[in-house]
Amino acid sequence: MINAQHLASPLMRGLLDNYDTPDFFCELMNRNASVPPIINCVKERLSALSIEELKTRTASAEAQLYRMGITFTVYTDKEAIDRILPFDAIPRIITAEEWKHIERGVEQRIQAINLFLHDIYHEQHILKDGVVPSELVLTNPNYCQAMIGLSVPGGVYVHINGTDLIRDQQGRFLVLEDNARTPSGVSYVIENRHMMLRLMPDLASGLPIRSVENYGPRLHQVLCEVAPDGVADPQVVLLSPGIYNSAYFEHVFLSREMGIPLVEGKDLFVDNHRVFMRTVMGPRPVHSIYRRLNDDFLDPLVFNPNSLLGVPGLVEAYRQGNVTLANALGTGVADDKAVYAYMPRIIRYYLNEDPILESVETHICAEPEGLAYTLANLNKLVVKPVGESGGYGLLIGPQATRAELDEFSQKLQQNPKNYISQPTIGLSVTPTLCGNSVEARHVDLRPFAVTGRSVWVLPGGLSRVALRKGSLVVNSSQGGGSKDTWVMAS
Amino acid sequence: MMIVSPTPLLSRYAECMMWLARQMERMENLARLLEVTETFVRNADGQTAWDSILAINTDEHLFTQLHNAVNHAAIVPFYVTETRNPASLVSLAQAVRENARAVRPLVSIELWTQLNVFSRNLLNLKNEDMSAHNLAELCTRVRQDCQTHFGIAEGTLYHDQAWLFYRLGKALERSDQITRLIDIRYHMLLPQSEIPGSEIDITQWTSVLRSAAAYHAFRRLRPVTLSPANIVGFLLKNDGFPRSLSTNLRQIDETLTLLASHDNLRQRCSPLLECVTELRASLLDQTAEEIIIRGLHDYMNWIQIQLRDLQNAIAATFWPAPMQPEYHMNHSYFQEQN
Repeated sequence: MINAQHLASPLMRGLLDNYDTPDFFCELMNRNASVPPIINCVKERLSALSIEELKTRTASAEAQLYRMGITFTVYTDKEAIDRILPFDAIPRIITAEEWKHIERGVEQRIQAINLFLHDIYHEQHILKDGVVPSELVLTNPNYCQAMIGLSVPGGVYVHINGTDLIRDQQGRFLVLEDNARTPSGVSYVIENRHMMLRLMPDLASGLPIRSVENYGPRLHQVLCEVAPDGVADPQVVLLSPGIYNSAYFEHVFLSREMGIPLVEGKDLFVDNHRVFMRTVMGPRPVHSIYRRLNDDFLDPLVFNPNSLLGVPGLVEAYRQGNVTLANALGTGVADDKAVYAYMPRIIRYYLNEDPILESVETHICAEPEGLAYTLANLNKLVVKPVGESGGYGLLIGPQATRAELDEFSQKLQQNPKNYISQPTIGLSVTPTLCGNSVEARHVDLRPFAVTGRSVWVLPGGLSRVALRKGSLVVNSSQGGGSKDTWVMAS
Repeated sequence: MMIVSPTPLLSRYAECMMWLARQMERMENLARLLEVTETFVRNADGQTAWDSILAINTDEHLFTQLHNAVNHAAIVPFYVTETRNPASLVSLAQAVRENARAVRPLVSIELWTQLNVFSRNLLNLKNEDMSAHNLAELCTRVRQDCQTHFGIAEGTLYHDQAWLFYRLGKALERSDQITRLIDIRYHMLLPQSEIPGSEIDITQWTSVLRSAAAYHAFRRLRPVTLSPANIVGFLLKNDGFPRSLSTNLRQIDETLTLLASHDNLRQRCSPLLECVTELRASLLDQTAEEIIIRGLHDYMNWIQIQLRDLQNAIAATFWPAPMQPEYHMNHSYFQEQN
């Protein structure tokens, strides 16, 4: 929807003149009832810019990101190419009120996830009470046998979490996915801010934008808090797969922000169930490891015996309580697609509260009502198999032919347990520079939370935009870009 | 003054810092050598003495493996874009890039950014960039980029253990380079210096100084005669010249002494320090004339063996090889899941 005043003014030939957002909630323009004054202020400042100016500034930002090596690496058969995450200079704004809601919702969700993980690796009340099917959890490929009966410091399994949020047509924030293994992207939250302040100082001037600078110290503090008991001055390290990993920049960024060594598996060794790093002064004990390696690669003695990235004996050292791993092993059960469907019930079960952030409405086909609803509305729904791998056997109802729908209906009835269904969501959009104009592009939000004795949510987040027109895919590997996210203090 | 940081330096970082400095120094020297050779250095037949660069770097064997015979036109590409030559600018840029990535958490953003741009530019080098006309320009740019790097390192590198290994690498490489240069050029020019005072003679000897960026510093000493012994003496024994052997041995000594000031490193550093003391004493004990009479080549050779042993001893002391087999990088393992 176009702001009528803009159209009326012949003098205003600003960025947003031809901006149109049919049918979707726009993060900047159509905020249903009353538009917060801060949004109006940013809108006015943006309108004062010309497309040419925005293009020049954006090009300069991208050159700078490339020079600084704020890149991720894409591997082809032949070579490694460093790519930047395309940066869009129009910020995404979250009001203080919206943020309060997100923050509380994320906190609640992480509390529930940690209680759930503790439970499924101990007494399994939630399974015995039939709230979540045992089979779904115990046969899940991410369920980690090594974690059974193991107590972790403070009961924290997920120390670092990224929650993927989207907004629907009404502007409601919905959880799309939890990332409770090794979520990445937080470095872009902070680097995007630096880039934004450098590029658009005039746009940000005087606004109560909350700082994102404190992530490193907070994370370091948490990694110290959860170190094994009795260690006065814990040695924290970040364990990376190494310089060829596509997210290596982020590993560098975080170890730099925390002032801790970035280690590779070969820098560590285990002796008598204790972990040491190789230094010029000889072996030094390590107490807390922020690992950016997936479970499978952490310890060749326990997981993939062919992996050379990990540290032999690490899991046993962990089981003996001599070292803390963040995140813990086996957290992948909690961010699994199938378990996602049960998340509202998991929250109610452990916290006796309604979920603050809603999930995308999900129908569990293992349940008769869910199956009946799904079969009756197949042409309106996205049906996803709940197995380990995403993407396979997905049905997008509105895009399917009659024959495909019929065929899928058969499959569904044969093995209903294997499916969930969700309505298609019209993701919110945000004004984004596309070629020579500013157009609406779909956007999501990944806030990051750090959990030790308490949950802390970084006031900001990664806003990823799908740069292709109409696309809902925001992933960096598939043509996604990013924006600075401004959380307002008031 | 060195800072004792709360976390001792990771062995891998120490190794990478040392090699980063060595490789940057090597690139600067190679660029200068190519530039000076193109402009000034001639063989007895008046041809550009590209082959002397092969001799200085002891690359004759590798070169003839790739090119059958010593083919002058192939020497420049061999040192600029040849990826099979680990001493070419492009190979060094690749090595620098990997080391810079490894120590990126440790060094300033300014230092990393410059290396990122510099190494990428070199890796993108085209063959036309080294035609006769452009070679000097390319070399000047590489040399200046290296010097920019050393300037940023001086101005931004935190003075902790990592800095000490960086300094060690730089001084070791300079010591190595200067002794190679003297050794080869001296013997190349020896027959010519039997006709003292001839035009070619002076140009060729001053080119040795220019190859070490020593020409103007040497001029300021206002030597009465420009003799090979004067020049050799300056490059080996002048304590004020930043690239002389004596200056760099002193810096190795000072750096190891700083490392040894850590309580539990004193013992491990002492055999290394002994080695440097012996090298310095040998240089102090004899004049340039005496070195030449006793055999310059043998002495240069001995110093190079000592420097190599010192490098190996540093490696064995600070980054001993782990017991388990070496790791091989496999890209397919390198993707994170979410």
